[in-house]
Amino acid sequence: MNKIFETPLYPYYQSVDQTASAPGHHSVVVIGAGPVGLGMAIDLAQHGIDVVVLDDNDKVSFGSRAICFAKRTLEIADRLGFGDKLVDKGVQWNLGKVFFDERKVYEFNLLAEDGHARPAFINLQQYYFEQYLVERVQEINSETPKIDVRGKNRVSAIKDHGAYSALTVTTPDGEYTIHADWVIACDGAGSPTRSMMGLDFVGRVFEDNFLIADVTMEADFPTERWFWFDPPFNRGQSALLHKQPDGVWRIDLQLGWDVDKEAEKQPDRVIPRLKAMLGDDVKFELEWVSIYTFQCRRMEKFRHGNVIFAGDSAHQVSPFGARGANSGLQDVDNLSWKLAHVIKGLAPDTLLNSYDDERIHGADENIMNSTRSTDFITPKSDISRVFRNAVLDLSEHHDFARPLVNSGRLSMPCNYVGHSLTGEDAVAGGPARSQPGMPCPDAPLEDGYLLSKLGGGFTLMTLNTDAPSPQEIEGIEIAHLEMRATSDTNKTLGERFLGTAERAIYLIRPDQHIVARWSEYDAASVQMAVATALGKTQ
Amino acid sequence: MSTLILTPNIPNGDDFYEKLLNAHEGLSKEQSDALNARLILVLSNHIGDIDILEQALDAAKTAGQAA
Repeated sequence: MNKIFETPLYPYYQSVDQTASAPGHHSVVVIGAGPVGLGMAIDLAQHGIDVVVLDDNDKVSFGSRAICFAKRTLEIADRLGFGDKLVDKGVQWNLGKVFFDERKVYEFNLLAEDGHARPAFINLQQYYFEQYLVERVQEINSETPKIDVRGKNRVSAIKDHGAYSALTVTTPDGEYTIHADWVIACDGAGSPTRSMMGLDFVGRVFEDNFLIADVTMEADFPTERWFWFDPPFNRGQSALLHKQPDGVWRIDLQLGWDVDKEAEKQPDRVIPRLKAMLGDDVKFELEWVSIYTFQCRRMEKFRHGNVIFAGDSAHQVSPFGARGANSGLQDVDNLSWKLAHVIKGLAPDTLLNSYDDERIHGADENIMNSTRSTDFITPKSDISRVFRNAVLDLSEHHDFARPLVNSGRLSMPCNYVGHSLTGEDAVAGGPARSQPGMPCPDAPLEDGYLLSKLGGGFTLMTLNTDAPSPQEIEGIEIAHLEMRATSDTNKTLGERFLGTAERAIYLIRPDQHIVARWSEYDAASVQMAVATALGKTQ
Repeated sequence: MSTLILTPNIPNGDDFYEKLLNAHEGLSKEQSDALNARLILVLSNHIGDIDILEQALDAAKTAGQAA
């Protein structure tokens, strides 16, 4: 067994709040120290906000769980200061193979677009992701203590007092109470916070069970993703083989609905299944086995007064398409700067309503995509199985059917085109991929990559033109990034941001989404766009 | 002779596939078979070119035989 599961990462300690005569008052309390909760704490700390993180556990999550981290998540991790660790440790792959019945029907190469600092995605066990987050927390705290992670601190009650919430926290030394202006609930799919507040979920429950096993093996399987529809070793069901770091392979086997979950988890049931899949002569060891069912659903609203939900506590998807942890990190990206600006009095409270607007849109997109994948993998009717099998049969012979094969669609970053914080698009001939609302595309520069040049705040990027620099607008420091792009300097930058235009000015939010763009600098237009992005114009 | 398109030609395949399955939602086997038959006839009429239709019949037949 891997030692990482046994060592407390954020051990329990007795905080001053436990012995204080009156409840301690905090600006932000994050509930849950998983990828979303810790990411939120780091992002807020980088905006200068002190955060208390409460978790009922003190260790990383058990088993591999989320294993696929998409490019946008890696870019967010870069902004949070731990992207290199993820990419250094993670496994990259490009080749996927699709099997149907006893035969390979086709293979595909992802051929990700060049000119990005980060790959399309990496495979990495969730416990590494969490470990690197904790290390980043320690790094931040070693400069100035900003993040107080309290292990074995379980929130057992939450009471709304209007301007603040009172939290009852249960620890090995008994209960204590703290007050928080803001509570961010990142406590996972079974969110106790959601239950305590009597809020519920709407959506679809899929009647299916999947067995996930992490195995270590000495095998010369290549670093590829293999997906089986209706294989001989798991008739009528599906199977997935994925490579992770440290010689660990992740195997997902669909079991069907009517199974005895406890029995199916036992090694005497699991090992014969895996032998049938991997071949009798392959030596492997089981590291972790779990059975899961899943749901595609979300809360009606993510913001409930001063309590805000993020990640799995707010929305859940099927695992096909890697949209769980990845969308949770996009929640972090979206919420942190808004909350920081509201706390500092730089934006109205209503800015936080745009978190609901933008991230509910993101959740709906993820739910739609992962539901489609699920419906393809586990057809819900005879006729959908007939079409599914027809697509697979045709895909063996004809290219046209391959885009219809759906074993999970790669998670693409969400865009907010047309949403309330988005300003004007005033660049004739500007590319669609960098229009207002889109996440800023990366581009290679003569010295590094574009995204690494964007700071933690708002940025005005000028391309082949100029603007006053730096300047304060609406009380906010706006950084200036002056770039040149011609046919022989920063050519890709020009392709991605100029299109057929000769010059352009981009206003970019702290989460690297584009607010507005112009071909000429005009102070009043820029001021209007900054006000829009801060939610002041609604 | 015109040639049957066998490379991807539907801009958003996932949208199309969902619409196709939605059309069958709640139908019995007989109703689904009948819907498919009508759909094939409608599309065939739209194509209207017997060379193309023969190639399509061949492509569909061949893909159904186990390799």
